[in-house]
Amino acid sequence: MSETPNHASDRTDPPDGPEKPKGLSRRTLLKGGAAAGLAALGGATLGLSGRQQQLEPRTEVPNLHGAGGTGPVEDISPDGFDPTAFATDFDYGRASTLPDGRTLREYDFVAVDKEIEIAPGVWFPAWTYNGRVPGPTIRCTEGDRIRVNFSNAGSHPHTIHFHGFHPANMDGVFEIVEPGDSFVYEFDADPFGLHLYHCHTTPLKRHIHKGLYGAFIVDPAEGRPEAREYVFVMNGFDTNFDAENEFYAVNTVAFHYMRHPLPATVGERVRLYVINTLEFDLVNSLHVHANFFDVYRTGTRLEPDEFTDTVMFCQGERHVLELEFRHPGHFMFHAHQSEFAELGWMGFFDVAEA
Amino acid sequence: MSPRRDSGGLAGPLVGFTVVVAIVGVLAFLLARGVGLERAAPPIEELTVDRIELPEPGRIVLHVVNGGPDPVSIHQVVVDDAVWAFSIEPEATVGRLKRATVEIPYRWVEGEAHEIQLISRNGVTFEEEIAVATETPTAGLGWFLRLALLGVYVGVVPVALGLATHPFLTRLGERGLDFVLALTVGLLVFLAIDTMAEAVELAGEVASGFHAPILVWTVAIATLVGLLAVGERRRAGGGTLEPLALAGFIALGIGLHNFGEGLAIGAALSTGAVGLGTFLVVGFTLHNVTEGIGIAAPLAESKPRLLHFAWLALLAGGPAVIGCWIGGFVFDPLWGSLFLAVGAGAIVQVVVEVGRLVATRSTAEMGPWRGEVLAGALAGLAIMYGTALLIPA
Repeated sequence: MSETPNHASDRTDPPDGPEKPKGLSRRTLLKGGAAAGLAALGGATLGLSGRQQQLEPRTEVPNLHGAGGTGPVEDISPDGFDPTAFATDFDYGRASTLPDGRTLREYDFVAVDKEIEIAPGVWFPAWTYNGRVPGPTIRCTEGDRIRVNFSNAGSHPHTIHFHGFHPANMDGVFEIVEPGDSFVYEFDADPFGLHLYHCHTTPLKRHIHKGLYGAFIVDPAEGRPEAREYVFVMNGFDTNFDAENEFYAVNTVAFHYMRHPLPATVGERVRLYVINTLEFDLVNSLHVHANFFDVYRTGTRLEPDEFTDTVMFCQGERHVLELEFRHPGHFMFHAHQSEFAELGWMGFFDVAEA
Repeated sequence: MSPRRDSGGLAGPLVGFTVVVAIVGVLAFLLARGVGLERAAPPIEELTVDRIELPEPGRIVLHVVNGGPDPVSIHQVVVDDAVWAFSIEPEATVGRLKRATVEIPYRWVEGEAHEIQLISRNGVTFEEEIAVATETPTAGLGWFLRLALLGVYVGVVPVALGLATHPFLTRLGERGLDFVLALTVGLLVFLAIDTMAEAVELAGEVASGFHAPILVWTVAIATLVGLLAVGERRRAGGGTLEPLALAGFIALGIGLHNFGEGLAIGAALSTGAVGLGTFLVVGFTLHNVTEGIGIAAPLAESKPRLLHFAWLALLAGGPAVIGCWIGGFVFDPLWGSLFLAVGAGAIVQVVVEVGRLVATRSTAEMGPWRGEVLAGALAGLAIMYGTALLIPA
C-alpha cells in the first residue's frame, strides 16, 4: 500500500512557503464542477503553475531539501508491512461471552523469524509476532478476559510479557516457550490505559529490539470521546548490531508518514496512542508542530495530566495524547531528538479543511 | 606444460590435455555441486570509498569500489546522522570489484568534519569521514598550474640544487667520495623503506578483493629484478655501470619515489587533508636536496655535460609534478600503491648498483666497511630522517 488512504487525498497542496495562502482545498475546487480547469486556475492563482502533481489524487508531500530523502529505492515494497494500515489497525480478537457475562477476547500469536523492510530498500532480520513489527495492536475494554494462544515458530525461545495486572504464571518471564512449543496466556484486562507487551526472554535487549513488542490498549468501561485514532509505536533498528540504532521510526518504517502523511481534519479530535519501545537510547520524545496536546500519562486516568507540545518517554513509557488542528496543511510530528528525527522518526499530518 | 622434445610422440600433449581436462572437470563439479561450506547467513558485504569530492557547495561525490565476495546494494545514505537523498551510478547494486559513484546533495560546511554512512540492503554500514571539508579544486588551468608548481618545488628544484654540488664533489679526495657514495646508499635505503612503507599503507586502503598488500610486494620485487636485468645488460662486460648510466638509474628510482610523494601531496591537497603551508614545501625541498647529491655522487670522477644534469634533474624531479597532477585529480589508492611499489623496487636496484660501486672502490686489505663508508651510510640515513621531521606526517 503506497497511497495515503481516504480523505488524505482530497485536499490541496500545502503551502510550502510563507507567501502561499492557506485553506484552499482541492475538494472545494473539485466540487466546483470544471474540476481540472479550476484546479489549474487555482494553481495558477496560487503561483503554483506547472506543478501537475496537484491534479493527481495523491497529495504532494513537502520537500525537505534532501533530509529524509531516498535514493534509488523510493518507497518500501507494497507487499510487506504497511505502517499506514497499522496505525489504525485495532485487533479486538475473537470475541465471545463467558458464562458470567463478561467478554472473552481470544488472540493467536505466532513468533516467527522474518526479514522486514525498515526503510526503503533496507531489510532487517527481525523476530516478530505474527510476521510483523510491531505485533498486532490488542484492543479491549477493562474487565474483558484476554486469552492469547502463543506458539513459537521462531528459532529462539520467546515469551509474551504483558503490562497490566495478572498472576505470576501469566507474566511471560519464567515460562519460556521453546521453538515448537506453545503457551496460553489468560488474564483480565486491567487497569484501563495504554499498555504494551513484549518478549521477556533473556537477553532482553536483543529479544525486544529484534521486534517482539506491540501495543495493548485497554479502553475504559465508559469509553473515550469520539476521535480519529492512531497508534504510534516508537521504535528503532540496529541493522549492523553495534548496539546503536541505524534507523528510528514510529511503526517501524523510517519516514513512512513523511512519504504518506496521516490524514486529519480541522477541528476534529485526534487521539494518539504513543508507546516507546526503543532500545539502546534512554529516552524518546514526540513533538507536534503548530499544536498543543493533552497528555494522559499511561492513559490510566480520564483527566489530562499536562497540556504541552513536546512529551518525553522513557523506555517502555507510553501516553495517550489528544489534540485538534486549527489550520489545514502539512504539520510535522517527530522526536525532538533531532538525530532520531533525521534518522527516520519524522512524519506529517495532512490536515484537511473541515 | 609445454612438452619436451625428447618425451617422444604424443605422450607430452596427451598428459597436458589430461591435466587440463581434470582441472576443468574438478572446477565444474565444484561449481555445480558446491563445496558444502556455502553460507546460509547474509552475504559478506564490503565496500571501500576510494575518493570523496566536494565539487561545489551543496554536493558530495563518493567513488566507491566493492572489494568483497558478494554484490552490495546501496539503498540508503546517512550524512552526519541524517538520512539523506542521493543518487548512485551506474546502479545501486555494485558487483564484485565493480565501481560506482554516489552523489549526495548536502550542504557541507567549509572547514568542518562530516561523517558519511552508506547503508546496504542488509543494513550493513560503510562509514567514511571527511576530515576537513573544503571544495575540491576543479580541473581548471589554475589548479593544474598550482599543482605543477608544487611538483617543481618539491621535486625538480631540490634535485637540481643537489646536482649543483657536483663541482664540489669532483674536488673531494678518494675518501671524501667514498663518504658521499656511502651517503647516497644510506639515503636510498631510507627512501626504499619509506616508499615501501607508503605502498603497503596505501595498499591497506584498497578494497580487499584486489589483494593489494601482496600485489605491492610482487610489483616491487618484479621491478627490482627487471631493472637489475636491464643494468646487467648495460654493464655487458661486468664490473660496475658507467657513471652516467648509474646516475640515470638513481635518478629513475628517486623519480619514482618523488612521483609517490607528488601523489600524496596532490591527493592530500585536493581532499583538504592538509593545509600545505610554506613549512611543508620547505621541508620537502630540504629533504630532496640530498637526493640530488646522491645522483651527482657517481658522476664525481667524470665530466658530464650540463644537458645531462638537466635530464637527470627532470628524470628525478619531474615525476613529482606528474604525481601532483594525478594525486590532485584522479587519485586512486590501487594505482597509487602500485606506483609506489615500482618506486621501491627501483630504489633497491640503485642501492645494489651504488653498493657495488662502493665495494669495487674498496682496497683489498680494508674491505668495503671502512670508516668513511660506515659514516657516510649512517649520515645518509640520519640526514633523510632529520629532514623528514620537517614534513608533517
